[in-house]
Amino acid sequence: MRRALFEALQAVRAAKRPVLLATRLADGAQALIADPGVEGDAVPEAIIAAAHQALRDDVARVVEHAGERWFLHPHNPPLRLIIVGAVHIAQGLAAMAPQLGFAVTVIDPRRFFATAERFPGVTLDDRWPDEAMAALGPDRRSAVVTLTHDPKLDDPALDAALRTEAFYIGALGSRRTHAARLARLAALGHAPETLARIRGPVGLAIEAVTAAEIALAILAEIVAVRRGAALVARAPAEAAA
Amino acid sequence: MTEEAEDVLAIAGRWVAEGETVALATVVETWGSSPRPPGSRLAITASGRLAGSVSGGCIEGAVADAAREVMATGAPKLLSFGVTNERAWEVGLACGGTVTVFVEKLA
Repeated sequence: MRRALFEALQAVRAAKRPVLLATRLADGAQALIADPGVEGDAVPEAIIAAAHQALRDDVARVVEHAGERWFLHPHNPPLRLIIVGAVHIAQGLAAMAPQLGFAVTVIDPRRFFATAERFPGVTLDDRWPDEAMAALGPDRRSAVVTLTHDPKLDDPALDAALRTEAFYIGALGSRRTHAARLARLAALGHAPETLARIRGPVGLAIEAVTAAEIALAILAEIVAVRRGAALVARAPAEAAA
Repeated sequence: MTEEAEDVLAIAGRWVAEGETVALATVVETWGSSPRPPGSRLAITASGRLAGSVSGGCIEGAVADAAREVMATGAPKLLSFGVTNERAWEVGLACGGTVTVFVEKLA
């Protein structure tokens, strides 16, 4: 890769914008394809179209066009994990999630909890969850987890999350707590199939006890949902129950 | 794939800034049970530093050999490893899959 192209790639990645590196495998001709614009060597239109699809799919693949094989390598911004509640479990999540490729934001207006000492290097957002969620705009590469146990904080966050494409929404709480929560959210106008998107009790059933173990169970569930693992697939009837 | 704990490109960039000669190896295709998906990267310096991976460790040695040649000539290479490939038997692709790796110099 030429130095100028490498630096351009790193600059777009640093700006957290999607970009694709296209490489002609026969000779190493290369270009960056973003929206809008192509930088580098000439790339056929068909490859540019395939590149945009590869970015949407977030899958690296080889595409053949006019007898030439191109490697399309998407570089999407990091996955996001938005945590509501700067509690002990959040500390475990914030420490482990970056290893799995997630950029972490912790929302908590209670400054007593959301301190830089408890969350070194983590983005903290001290706005109320509804306001913070509106600003953060979870997309289909985002996971949202509520941990406060306080309906005043969790409910607005879940209400907002359900109106986004977030691929994972989880809420800490016992079955009884969760049932009461679903009833409150239903009263806000959410349909049963929408409420079924919320994973609660949150996390895979690994008999987690400590805060770190619960964080691990939650992250394992997030990975399982993202990768379409059979163990988290739910029948529609079961999910809506 | 973007969700890697280790930002191989950032490390490669730092190595270049330190004056190292650097090659990038990228998995472009896999068949069967290979441990690393397309897009997985290995950065390697002429001095022997490594970051990232293109397999579970079975082909890194052979890729490093090819990378040294790529760093010397500047011309990229496309490598294939698999059960039907003699070289793969030599380096031992234990997973039984097939993998194609593009190796280029970070010029």
